[in-house]
Amino acid sequence: MCGIVGLHLRDRTLYPELGALLSGMLDQMCDRGPDSAGMAIYGDPIWSPEGHATISLLETPLPRADLAAALTSRLGVEATAFDLAPTAVAHAPVTAEQLHDAVRAIAPTARVIGFGTDVTVLKGMGNPTALAHRFGLPNASGWQGVAHTRMATESAVTAEGSHPFSVGPDQCLVHNGSFSNHMSVKHTLEREGIVFDSENDTEVGARFVAGQLAGGVDLEKALLMLNETFDGFYTLLVSNKDSFAVVRDAISCKPAVIAETDRWVAMASEYRALADLPGIDSARIFEPEPEEVYVWHRQ
Amino acid sequence: MTDTATTFDLRTTTVRSTNKALQAAGAPARSVITAPRGAHALACGLDSDIDVTIDGHVGYYCAGMNQHATVTVAGNAGVGVAENMMSGTVRVQGDASQSAGATAHGGLLVIEGNAAARCGISMKGVDIVVGGDIGHMSAFMGQAGRLVVCGDAGEALGDSLYEARIYVRGTVASLGADCIKKEMAAEHLAELTELLAAAGIDADPTDFTRYGSARQLYNFHVDNAATY
Repeated sequence: MCGIVGLHLRDRTLYPELGALLSGMLDQMCDRGPDSAGMAIYGDPIWSPEGHATISLLETPLPRADLAAALTSRLGVEATAFDLAPTAVAHAPVTAEQLHDAVRAIAPTARVIGFGTDVTVLKGMGNPTALAHRFGLPNASGWQGVAHTRMATESAVTAEGSHPFSVGPDQCLVHNGSFSNHMSVKHTLEREGIVFDSENDTEVGARFVAGQLAGGVDLEKALLMLNETFDGFYTLLVSNKDSFAVVRDAISCKPAVIAETDRWVAMASEYRALADLPGIDSARIFEPEPEEVYVWHRQ
Repeated sequence: MTDTATTFDLRTTTVRSTNKALQAAGAPARSVITAPRGAHALACGLDSDIDVTIDGHVGYYCAGMNQHATVTVAGNAGVGVAENMMSGTVRVQGDASQSAGATAHGGLLVIEGNAAARCGISMKGVDIVVGGDIGHMSAFMGQAGRLVVCGDAGEALGDSLYEARIYVRGTVASLGADCIKKEMAAEHLAELTELLAAAGIDADPTDFTRYGSARQLYNFHVDNAATY
């Protein structure tokens, strides 16, 4: 099944409540995928401090102190690393690409699960609510967040297999459903030189979108191209540095509900994940139409 | 019978105990379920002539398998509202998600707002009246019953339809395989008038177009029975 939740805040006075609201939404989706979860927060001042790039890693061979020291030495500016096991998070006052390259050089076997100037990605195994609390998600603040509970289908239950798949700067893609032609798309992308981290079908979608965005198209166009390229059943929530987007396949049998108020836009697999959001009683609530791309931009 | 409604507050009681009380032989004649907050399978399997109002949005499969009861959702309904209903009335005052009234054999389902994809899929005798629009693949493989749509219909309306009858006031994005526009005879206007009245929806029956099966997908001929 998988469960998706996402919250894009318009009202700045809600920023301090982002983590608490997102945790409550995630809690309602535990039974759609109780074994593992992932989450991404945009704009938390501790996890992704302003003026710094942030990177999230799994399977880091270095202890956190050594990772920070090695990054500081390589970058020539002070880097910080901290442990949100199994995820490690590091940041430094450099560009996202510089930090990414430095991590690749220092710890080539570490798996990068997210990087950018705004986003922190956290993944792990176990009950999603317990995991969110262990990470400290309820205390997080920021302007946008997405989270996912996974019912594994085509690859094993691992932290790496959790969504979101974040393969481009400040980008996240979470998926409810499955792609049926992902192997042929993957082979095409591999021939273009794209390297994959996992056997997961969703990673193929994320790499496809990242490739389109890197090529200069906007998010809406990238998702329209995804619709043309991918077969299968899917609801996707795709976010980046300034946008929050939802798209479904032509059949649209995977659930999705969107609620919108002047203060926020939220999306979830089921309404019950939205029931506690402030002002939900006066929200505009609707289901996204098949193959229509819905995008909201940060104001 | 008393006019006082029994209240089930889902902040303090469970869906299971609420359903059990409503399914019991001595179920209260009138009930209100408060704080549903999108809970699944509310007011399912009811089997007596009772009146249940749910005050808020519900999750999946609300009022499934209903017999005899009248269930009103004062909000939106999730996937599969009134699925496999046998009799009684289910009214959704807001919107309904996909597969509303799926496989239902009888009774009346009224959705005052819009219904999403696959409304009335494989309907087997239920009457469904939708105040707004319906999504794609609605009445797919509909076998019996009537579907009335006061707004517009999405793609592939009535795909592989058997004998269900469809009335649409607005536009139809496309018709599915074997579904065709049909003439509105006096008997159809009378039927539609009755359905709109039963649903409490004020609309002029002459504004509607009837759709039904062209029966081109009926490939069995009794002359060939010996070969099966």
